[in-house]
Amino acid sequence: MIGADIPYWAESLLRVLGGTVAVLLPAGTIVYLFLFKMMSFMQSRLGPMEAGPYGSMQLFAEVGKWLQKEDIQPQKADKRIFKMAPLIVLVSTFLLVAVVPFGPDAYFTNFDAGVFYMLAVSSISTLGILIAGWSSANKYSLLGGLRAAGQLIAYELPMVLAVLGVVIQAGTMNMQGIVVAQNSGEMFGWDGLGNPYILTQFIGFVIFMIAVQAELTQTPFDMPIAESELVSGYMTEYSGFRFLIFFIAEFATAGVFALIASVLFLGGWGVPFSWFGWHSIDDVDNWMNVGGPLIMLTKMLVLTFLIMWIRFSYPRFREDQLQRFAWKLLIPLALVNIMVTAILKVVF
Amino acid sequence: MAGKAQVPGLMKGLGVTFKTLTKTMTPKRMGGGANTVQYPHEKEAPTTRARGVIALREDNCTVCMLCARSCPDWCIYIEGHKELAPPRRAGGAPRKVNKVDRFDIDYALCMYCGICVEVCPFDALFWSPEYEYSEPRIADLLHDKDKLGEWMETVPEAPELEVGADKKGKK
Repeated sequence: MIGADIPYWAESLLRVLGGTVAVLLPAGTIVYLFLFKMMSFMQSRLGPMEAGPYGSMQLFAEVGKWLQKEDIQPQKADKRIFKMAPLIVLVSTFLLVAVVPFGPDAYFTNFDAGVFYMLAVSSISTLGILIAGWSSANKYSLLGGLRAAGQLIAYELPMVLAVLGVVIQAGTMNMQGIVVAQNSGEMFGWDGLGNPYILTQFIGFVIFMIAVQAELTQTPFDMPIAESELVSGYMTEYSGFRFLIFFIAEFATAGVFALIASVLFLGGWGVPFSWFGWHSIDDVDNWMNVGGPLIMLTKMLVLTFLIMWIRFSYPRFREDQLQRFAWKLLIPLALVNIMVTAILKVVF
Repeated sequence: MAGKAQVPGLMKGLGVTFKTLTKTMTPKRMGGGANTVQYPHEKEAPTTRARGVIALREDNCTVCMLCARSCPDWCIYIEGHKELAPPRRAGGAPRKVNKVDRFDIDYALCMYCGICVEVCPFDALFWSPEYEYSEPRIADLLHDKDKLGEWMETVPEAPELEVGADKKGKK
């Protein structure tokens, strides 16, 4: 993980701390910056203003409030499963962040099937949501859970297919490799910008972001938690601490997916290698281990701004529109994108 | 689904939210700011004829009970007595007038319909734009005639009558 020679236990501790920070920091930032403040501004309100300067301590107030609440379970709920469900959703977030590279040496794991692993563990949250809906013994929860499962399956596919284009172009499934391929790449012999895949894979990027929006059940795709008809979907019966975990998981996953999108399409932690005369990842200076995470954070904020902007602007898709959009538009489009990418890859 | 005609609308929607975002973030002195008012810190100026609270001009009240009887939720309590006032003309008999002993409005019950103000034939009840009279205990919302009299000071002048309007009622 770091060039310095440290014992295994210290490295493990660092990884746990780093993972917690990498999950909770984006979640807190997104909730305060976007959910509390940006949403209010877009509705010509000021949002929380009392707790701390400009309401910056509001998040701690909210967490404190949730921790005080009673942990209620419905009488007929499948108690053990009911308690487990939010944790499963949160675990998926932690597993996701494990493959995101933050710098040349700042990563949790670095292995060749990174993209494959990312797509696989991202669907664990579906499992958590489904069992949350099932074990609540509540019709709203059940409907919400089933809708969530149907939606997440429908949008998992375009996401996989959109990522395939990147994988074909980079020639690797290693997340670190994709970052390097983008930053050491060149466009028509000019390497001043590297080759961020948002330019060549723009359709893939759009499909990926739409799929992310749906995976996160953010607003145009929030049928599973449609509060006007399902109370709160699979979260209906949850209160206090367990609701808090669902809440953290939702926004932490938004942050992690934004990180993944910036790795896949925006060049990740890197700056174009030609700026500093680097040729491969071994040449990259050590300061990138500090600069990289900051670059990643900036890109994540830009992407979550997009996600949240769309969330606060659009009304909700109907269930059938939502399914038709995925199966009839996004998936064929993604398939065409893969074919074109593959052909161009062979030609050039 | 996302037909060609819908795309500009989608973009326009994003534009509306973004414009509101930038307007709210612009400082107030530059014409921006939120539409909301940070109430306890800065006070909102209600419009002059806002229906904030009902004020009483005690001298005009004749204890006729019309307001108490017309109140839909019976939140006005009136008690009075008769008094002898000096005669209007020298040598006349003393007049009998009604004086208010108690005029309470229970604002925990009042629903601000304003029927009492409408029905009062002697211009004793008025709408005041005052709104800061909340109480921690619900029983304290029963306000007596002294308190209602204090609110008279905040009642704005009646607007000018329109040209040609027949001025009825007491002068």
